[in-house]
Order: sequence, then structure tokens, then C-alpha cells
Amino acid sequence: MFEFVVGSPLNIVLILGAVLVAAALLIWVERRVLGFLNERLGPNRVGPWGIAQSLADVGKLITKEDWVPPFADKLPFIVAPIIVPVVMLLSFAVIPIAPGVGIMDLNIGLLWVLAMAGLGSYSAMLGGLASNNKFSLLGGLRAAGQMISYEVFMGISILGIVILSDSFNLREIVEAQHKHGWFVFPQFIGFIVFVIAGLAETKRWPFDLAEGESEIISGFNTEYSGMKFGLFFVGEYIGMLLLSALIPVLFFGGWYAPFGLELPNAIISGIFWMCAKTGCWIFFFILVRAALVRPRYDQLMNYGWLVMLPLSLLNLLVTGAVVLAQGN
Amino acid sequence: MNAAANTANAELPAVIKALYEKFGESAFVRQHTAEGMPTLWTGRDKVLAVLRYLRDEHRPRYEMLLDVTAIDERTRINRQGQPASDFTVVYHPTSFSGNCDIRIKVALQMNDLNMPTAIPLWSSANWQEREIWDLFGIVFTGHPNLSRILCPPTWKGHALRKDHPARATEMEPYRMSDEIQDREQEALRFKPEEWGLTRKSENSEFMFLNFGPNHPAAHGVIRFALQLDGENVLDVVPDVGYHHRGAEKMAERQTWHTFIPYTDRIDYLGGVMNNLPYVMAVEKMAGIKVPQRVEVIRVMLAEFFRICSHLLFYGTWAVDLGQLSPLFYCFVDREKAFNIIESITGARMHPGWFRIGGVAQDLPKGWDKLIREFVDYFPARLAEYDKMVMANSMIRQRTRGVGVIDTAGAFDWAMTGPALRATGLEWDYRKQRPYSGYENFEFEVPIGVNGDCYDRAAVRVEEMRQSCRIIKQCLENMPEGPYKADHPLTTPPIKEKSKLDIETLINHFLSVSWGPVMDPTEVTMTIEATKGLNMYYLINDGGIGSYRTRIRTPSFIHIQAIPFLSRGLMLADFTAVVATTDFVMADVDR
Repeated sequence: MFEFVVGSPLNIVLILGAVLVAAALLIWVERRVLGFLNERLGPNRVGPWGIAQSLADVGKLITKEDWVPPFADKLPFIVAPIIVPVVMLLSFAVIPIAPGVGIMDLNIGLLWVLAMAGLGSYSAMLGGLASNNKFSLLGGLRAAGQMISYEVFMGISILGIVILSDSFNLREIVEAQHKHGWFVFPQFIGFIVFVIAGLAETKRWPFDLAEGESEIISGFNTEYSGMKFGLFFVGEYIGMLLLSALIPVLFFGGWYAPFGLELPNAIISGIFWMCAKTGCWIFFFILVRAALVRPRYDQLMNYGWLVMLPLSLLNLLVTGAVVLAQGN
Repeated sequence: MNAAANTANAELPAVIKALYEKFGESAFVRQHTAEGMPTLWTGRDKVLAVLRYLRDEHRPRYEMLLDVTAIDERTRINRQGQPASDFTVVYHPTSFSGNCDIRIKVALQMNDLNMPTAIPLWSSANWQEREIWDLFGIVFTGHPNLSRILCPPTWKGHALRKDHPARATEMEPYRMSDEIQDREQEALRFKPEEWGLTRKSENSEFMFLNFGPNHPAAHGVIRFALQLDGENVLDVVPDVGYHHRGAEKMAERQTWHTFIPYTDRIDYLGGVMNNLPYVMAVEKMAGIKVPQRVEVIRVMLAEFFRICSHLLFYGTWAVDLGQLSPLFYCFVDREKAFNIIESITGARMHPGWFRIGGVAQDLPKGWDKLIREFVDYFPARLAEYDKMVMANSMIRQRTRGVGVIDTAGAFDWAMTGPALRATGLEWDYRKQRPYSGYENFEFEVPIGVNGDCYDRAAVRVEEMRQSCRIIKQCLENMPEGPYKADHPLTTPPIKEKSKLDIETLINHFLSVSWGPVMDPTEVTMTIEATKGLNMYYLINDGGIGSYRTRIRTPSFIHIQAIPFLSRGLMLADFTAVVATTDFVMADVDR
């Protein structure tokens, strides 16, 4: 049988392949689920239940003219859409999927994810500025403001976990939860802040201000078409996948089964439970999209700096104090 | 005729009596109309004083300038008793406190087409005067920006003049060369200076953003030129006319009967609701009293269209605020309503189904089944949306206190319908001046408190409930009887009667080919349409069609208040204001 070692070529190929396929499937799943939530059908024509819809979309996008508007700033215009999927995939490298299944076992895994998320915000900014379009400019500015401010407390909100598990390594964080129980309980505030900030980072509904269709048409990607638009689009879905995988890893015990419902093989059990937990979060994010309202830009900023930041700082303070007190 | 005029003089309407006392009887010429609306001619030099007196001093006050329009009188034959005039400007102030209207006319001669502007009295006069200048070429001195509004800026001539061609075939074939295209595009370029806007302040340079003509939240082809400081909207200049089809001009070439389908397309979300003021105006001229069954059928369908229109508003409003799902739910309900409309009229959005003196057909067999299902199902859905949308704290945060206007402001901008009621004024045309038998129905008039975006939406939501209630009453109390009035001018006449002898056959033939021919008169008919007061002012010169048709639509008037409502807001609020203004471009541009 195969030997599963973190970072083996087999691992890399399988995981990257799975992520890309999952992202493509996710697009279809979201459209379908949203459809049912909205009393309509969603795409149901290509393949059984429309499952091949994303393939058809990719085919369409690839065969479209690769057009760069004459007034755009060429190089950043082309680079911008590439950044998102690349950094999102790079982030996936540190996600532990099961014992021995993963691409990288990095000691600073958590910092790596945050760093990549930081880089990701360049994508929207560059795209917005390079398009040389007023709507794109507004979208780019919104994206820059939103992502930079939400990154701050996204980072702070998970520092509590680092204190509890004494590590930046995601595998060790999972192991620590196996020993001490899920971090969602001691870190509930951190968890809430992280989910909201994570949603804002992926620019998902209701934090899609940078695209804000009813206000600025399509925001930073207004001028994009064809596969360049496709890259933005896929990047967003990989980001959603990443977030949905990161939340179980950080707060819900990673690949370990809840209530002792282990499957016989540790690796299969790990993969199964990881996927199941990720799936739950994906479904949650789709529900959020169907239900919530987009805030206004100043409301979003106020909420971030006046509510989320103090909350996450408070959480950090209390966690630190408790750990110190217990240590003594 | 004389005797009738004398008795009318004896019972002089109070407002005319007051005006005679104030300005002297010699300042006016009184015109008698069949509908009985007080109509006075006055001089150009006195008209502003008269209007100011009506607005401020007269009791009851005439708070709102409902409409301003003009008539090209040069080819009109039957003008007995009216002062000589080439072009007539018609002011139509209305009183909400006194529940009455008056029509003030001013005669202008061809060599001197000038009028003083009424903007200092009513802000709403601004666009209406621009429209008159655009379509009739009458100059309003003192107007801040008398420019084209419905026709393109490069248009030659004034389209509603009688000597302007009405059809494309009367003009040279139109070809758009690259050169013409460039010129037209250049003419559309927004120049802030023309509107008194500055390009920068002391510490920032403003961005001018073309919000439209094609924008997801613009609800049709309209352009708002936004003056932005960052995301703050400093000023807005709406640019309309992209959807102008010359409906009023077409009305002059169609017969009374064949204009009905055109009315459907004025407010294309209002369907047969648009037929209603038109056919009622013609019926008033012809002296037709329609059977009760017709009235109830008309009310029922009109209320269905009110629900459809409000549902569209509801869903798109939520989408504009960034909530995705309600749009689809609303469209599902709208679909159910359209299925009912289709099963009754055979068409969905533009049935054109009302006729002069009745409706096109009787209700189909088993018509009540679908409607009964709908009235049972719909209130529960509305309750669900209340939880999802109106009670949503984010929506409240986004729309409370945004785009506020008070009742006085609404009078100034001539806002009617839900927008007026949202300011707290309980005034619904269906209650105050019942038409088509609305006095027989039980329903309430919902009002708001703050006059903000949230209240405007809340009023519409509640109106859907009341409409559903009215439909239920129609369902339970549908009278038996004919679906067309038994009157010689009913068009088309009841077919069965034409089969009896040659006389009735000839009569039927003439009626179908010409339609009704009636004594010259002027008639105004207003209804509470989906978006506000929709008024038809028909001038009959004794022909087979209208001499002049004025269609006063709420959307056109409401759009010009958008800058007033949205100055100082953020871009996201602006879309909320645009959505709650609830306009349809076809209704704006006609």
C-alpha cells in the first residue's frame, strides 16, 4: 500500500488535484444549493444534476477572447488575477488533512496562512487600480480598506489558540485539541471573530463590498472577462474552501472524530472527518450568503474597529491571564 | 347650453369666487368643462401671483403643483369661449387639505413664447418646465437650466408641436454614421459646470461617476451623474430620456380605442392599472356608466397589478441593499399573480384588456379557483418576508433615517403615492376620491412616520396586504351582469347586437373602425397607481381620437427629487434611495 508521508509527491498531487476539483465542484454546489434556497433550480442541465456545469463554464471562459482594455495598466492588470488562486493554493500547503496527509508541516503554519491572506489582498487592490475604471477604483479602495483592517483582528483572534496550544504549527494545534478538547469552547469569542474576519477576507457575501454589485457594478473586477475573471472567481472559491478547512483545524479538533466515531483506518477516518467538517462550514457559508444583508462601508469599518478589535484583544488578554494563572 | 352655463355661474366654485375677489373678475376667463373641474384662464403677468395665492393664502391651500403641461392650440377647431392662444400652458395645483383641484391656463402667442418660471413656488416645476421647453419650445425665463430632458440634446425641433412629424416615415431615413455617433456621444458627456457643480474643493478633487445608463441598480436606462468625494455623494444629476417613445405624440394619431394598448406600456409594471385612468376619462367624456361587474373586475385586476409592482420593488430593493434571496421569493409570488392575470386576460404584463365602457371579455369559467388559492397563500408569504427583510436589523440600520423627506418636502417635490404616505399623510386617492367603486371596499391606508427609505418600503409592503384584502372582497362579492356597458359609445360594442339588423351592423362597423366620436371637451382622470398619482388629461376636439393627451406619471416627478434625497449620503445609501423611489423608466420617459 501507499505510505502517507507529509510532503510526498503523491500527497502534493492528490491534495492539489482534490482542492482544484473541490473548488470547481463547490461553484456548482453553491449555485445549486442557493437555487434551492431561493425556490429555483440552479444549473441542472450539464451532466447528471448539472454536476459538470463548472467544466462547461471553464470551457466557455477559456475560449473567450483574452482581452485587456486599452486604457488599463497592462502588467498589473494581468498579474492581479493570478495572485489570488496562487496564494490560496499556497495556504493549502499547511492545512493538515489527516495524520500523514498534507503538503507541508510548517512550524509557523498559522503565520504562513495569515501572510498568504495578506498577499491575497493585493489581488483586488491591483486589479482595481490597474483597470483604470472609476467603479474598479472604488472597489479596489474598498477591498484594500476592508481586507487590511479585518486582517488585523483575524490575526489577533487566533492568538488565543496559539497560547493554549503553545504552537504555531497547525498539526500541533490539532493534537492539542485532541488532548484538551475543541478550542471552540475556551476560545468562543476568538472563534466568532475569526469566522467573521475570515468571511471578510474571502470577500464573500455579505462582505462583498469590493464587488458590491448594486453599488459599483462588479467593483475591482468590472473590467475583467474571460479566464482572468475566471481566476478571480476560482480564487474566491478556493479561499472559501480554505476558510472552511481552517475553522475545523483551529476550533473543531481537525481530523479527529467527534464523540469517538472513529472509522477503523486512522487516515481514512481523518480524511472523512476533515471533509465532513469542512463541508458543514461550506454549507454554513452558503446559507449566510442566502440570508444576510451587505453592510454599508462605514458600518463595516466601524464594526471592525469598534467591536471586533476590542473583542479580540479582550479575548487575548483573558486567555493569557487564565493560562498564566493556571500555570502558577 | 346657455342656461347650463348660467346655472353653473350661479353656483360658482368657492375657489373661483375667492380668486375673483382677490384679483378681480376681469383678470380671468372661465372655461366650462364637462367634468366640472374649475378652469380659469389668466394672464402671463398674473399667473405666479395667482399660484402663490392658491398655495399660501387660499383656504384650503393648494399645496402641490400636480402637473404643468402645454397644449399646441394652433390646429384646434373647437375653442368656443376660450381666449385666443397658439400655445397654452396649463397649471394643475391640487389641494390635499381641501381635496380639490383647479386648472389655471395661460395663453401664449407664437411670436412670444415666454413664461416666468414657477420653480420659486414649487421645486417640482423644474423638470416639467424643461419638458415643456423640450417638447413645445416654450421658454421659461428664470429657469436655472432649461435644457432638453426627454429628447436627445442634439434634437432639432419640438416634438409635441403639431407641425413636428409623428412617424419615422415622415422624416428622412435615419442613418448613424461614425461622425454622428461621435457627435451624439460627445453631447452626452457630463459637464459639471453646466449644473453648477465644482470639480474640486479646497482639499479634495471630486470624482464624477456615471451611474448608468446601464447599471445593475439603476432599474432601467437612466443615468445619474454623481459628484463623489470618496464614497460620499455630494450631488446627483439625473439624466432621463433614454426610454422616450413619444407616447403622448402617438396618442394624437391613434383613435380613442386603439390607444389603450399604448397605455399599458407607460408604467409597464402596472399593466391594466394604466388602462384605468384612460378608459375612465374617455367614459367620462362619453357619459358612459359602466356596470358594477365591470367596476369590480377592474378593481380586482388593478390590485393584482399593484401587488405585482410592489413585489418587484420589494425584491429589487432587498437586492440593492445586498440581500439576495427575497428577489427570488418575490418573483415566485409574482409569477403566481401573473398566472392568474394570464388566465383572465390572456396576457401577462401588458394585457390592454380594459375597453371603453367595459372590459374585453367576461371572466373565464372557474376564475375564482386560482384567486382563492392566491389570497389564502399570499399573506403568509408576506409575513415570512417581514421576518426576513423588514425585521432584519441590518436592513433597518441601512435604511432608517436615510433619504428622509417630510410632508412639506413631498408637496414641494410633488411626491405622491407611497412616498407621500410614508411621510405620515394619510391620503389615498382611492379613499379620498373613490373611483371605479373603491368606496364599496374595506381597506386601510398605511402610512409611515419618518418618510425615510424604510418607511417608504414598509408602506408598500402593507399596501400589498390591503390589496390582497380588496381582491378577497372582489372574489366574494363579484356582481352578476354584463361585462360591457349597454351604451352606443361602448367600444367595441357587444357583438351579438350587430347580428340583428343592418342598422346595428353599420353602427358596429363604424364603432369598430372609428371608435367613439364625442362632443369636444376636456377631461382629467386621476387614479392611485402603483407608484403614485397617474393622471390622464385628454383634450377632445371632436375627432376620432385625442387632440392632446397629457400623461402625468409619478415616476417622472419622483426622480427629480432624488438629488434632494441623497445629498450627503454614501454611495450604498444612494442605491437604497434609488430603489425606494420605485420608478420605471418607461413611466418616466413615456
